Amino acid sequence: MNSIEVKGIHFSYPESQEMLKGVSLSVRMGEFISIVGQNGSGKTTLAKHFNGLLRPSKGKVYILGKDTKDFSIAELSKNVGHLFQNPENQIFEETVFQEIAFGPKNLGVSEDEIEKRVDKVLKTTRLSKYRDSHPLSLSGGEKQRLALASVVVMEPQILVLDEPTTGLDLLSIAGILEIVKELNKKNVTVVLITHDMGLVSELSERVVVMGDGQIIGDGTPKEIFADDELLERASLEPPQIMQFSKMLGLKPEVKVDALYKRIVDAL
Amino acid sequence: MIEIKDLRFKYHRETEDVLKGINLRIKKGEFVSIIGPSGCGKSTLCLTLNGIIPKTINGDFSGDVLIDGINTKDKDVSEFSKKIGMILQNPESQLFAMTVEEELAFGPENLAVPKNEIEERISWALSIVDMEHKIDEFPGNLSGGEKQRIAIASFLTMKPEILVLDEPTSQLDPVGKREVFSVLKELHKKEKMTIVLVEHRTEPIAELSDRVIVMDNGSVVLEGSPRKVFDEVNLLRGLGIMVPDISYLTYLLKQEGYVKDIALTLEEGRRLFI
Repeated sequence: MNSIEVKGIHFSYPESQEMLKGVSLSVRMGEFISIVGQNGSGKTTLAKHFNGLLRPSKGKVYILGKDTKDFSIAELSKNVGHLFQNPENQIFEETVFQEIAFGPKNLGVSEDEIEKRVDKVLKTTRLSKYRDSHPLSLSGGEKQRLALASVVVMEPQILVLDEPTTGLDLLSIAGILEIVKELNKKNVTVVLITHDMGLVSELSERVVVMGDGQIIGDGTPKEIFADDELLERASLEPPQIMQFSKMLGLKPEVKVDALYKRIVDAL
Repeated sequence: MIEIKDLRFKYHRETEDVLKGINLRIKKGEFVSIIGPSGCGKSTLCLTLNGIIPKTINGDFSGDVLIDGINTKDKDVSEFSKKIGMILQNPESQLFAMTVEEELAFGPENLAVPKNEIEERISWALSIVDMEHKIDEFPGNLSGGEKQRIAIASFLTMKPEILVLDEPTSQLDPVGKREVFSVLKELHKKEKMTIVLVEHRTEPIAELSDRVIVMDNGSVVLEGSPRKVFDEVNLLRGLGIMVPDISYLTYLLKQEGYVKDIALTLEEGRRLFI
């Protein structure tokens, strides 16, 4: 069974042109994929179909084998966690604990179980010392970890991260990504939407490229970043290391260590 | 020229100084980038450059900030607004007019610049940010990169000598980022403007700046040319700063004696091997 199965979906916002023009995509359980493409290419619109925030005007979306048309957003969000760009938009409770407990409480999880789950998530996100603090007193990176904690506490099998690192400094980004990598190891499917080609080549096994409401590329980071014509079409800039391996006439690499080895072997 | 002497600052209700004795000189026409982890004091430092700190934002302030010899303590913030343009992360917070032209006219009109000169300044500013064709556009309809370029142009029409930019591209997509950095490059190279850029991505810093200042916990911990600073890979890594991939790759090769120096750009990297 695939964790996400999208079949020929179309979507347009009211009185606006079509945003998705026949998109099909299969994502395996436990896969880590990145979706890239220019603003307006349809990345976020596609991802909002995974938890029912948007419904296709044509086509089908299956999550964990089930047709999403039969389920509410609340039901889907048990399985699909969605982290957005700006953490402040997701924060509304008085304490960090309450903020994280909000989701499971709504699902009717027992008090004991909630306590257990929240404490576990506080530990993973390194927020235990802020358990009783006001969420808005946290720094930008901590707020984003809190938003992630509120998603993770629902124990979703699919995690959608929509530009989760925008505006954060590198230590904060590293903090978020450590947590996401750990979850992925435990077989959580991760869908990362980002403009950061460095992150894409560092983290994902598979890159899906969107352009003008369609999927125009799908492959490993190496395959995608070696395809000049595709990059041009999607106005993507390949990571420096990929460009440099091409300049040196070496086999394309996307990671510094790999290119270093190749250069040393060649010298 | 900007001269900062033993600058200390503590916000009200905070227990610790956010700036702990900063000494800096920035020459006319220099492109200086400031980098450091969140909370290191880099944005606070920017706010001292036009006197917003200590004039508008109070706190415990000591030391001196001199702009062309004038102490920011001695003059109103408005005095410095002619000299220094300050561009923030989110361009939306700086745009308010109904057309691009009105947006750009607002600053010089307030300075009582004659009408025909305002027109000249507007077309000059629009040509620098490459947006002449959008003069009648409603700013709200522009893309993120275009909005930020208009925010920059709206300062250019005041003919400032110094431009201070605090993470001007952090909210922009890659196309918008490229647009804004190419404007900064042109302002530096062609207009010889002094530029102070706070930024956390090292690739544009390596390409654009004459000097890099690394801050941590309220102090300057490292300072020098990009070549000198980005050779300190381990120190920077400890602060969560990753040097450009090309610099890291050539740093590794340099450690093993394969190349003599680190590269800052792809082109420099290519030359190391040819």
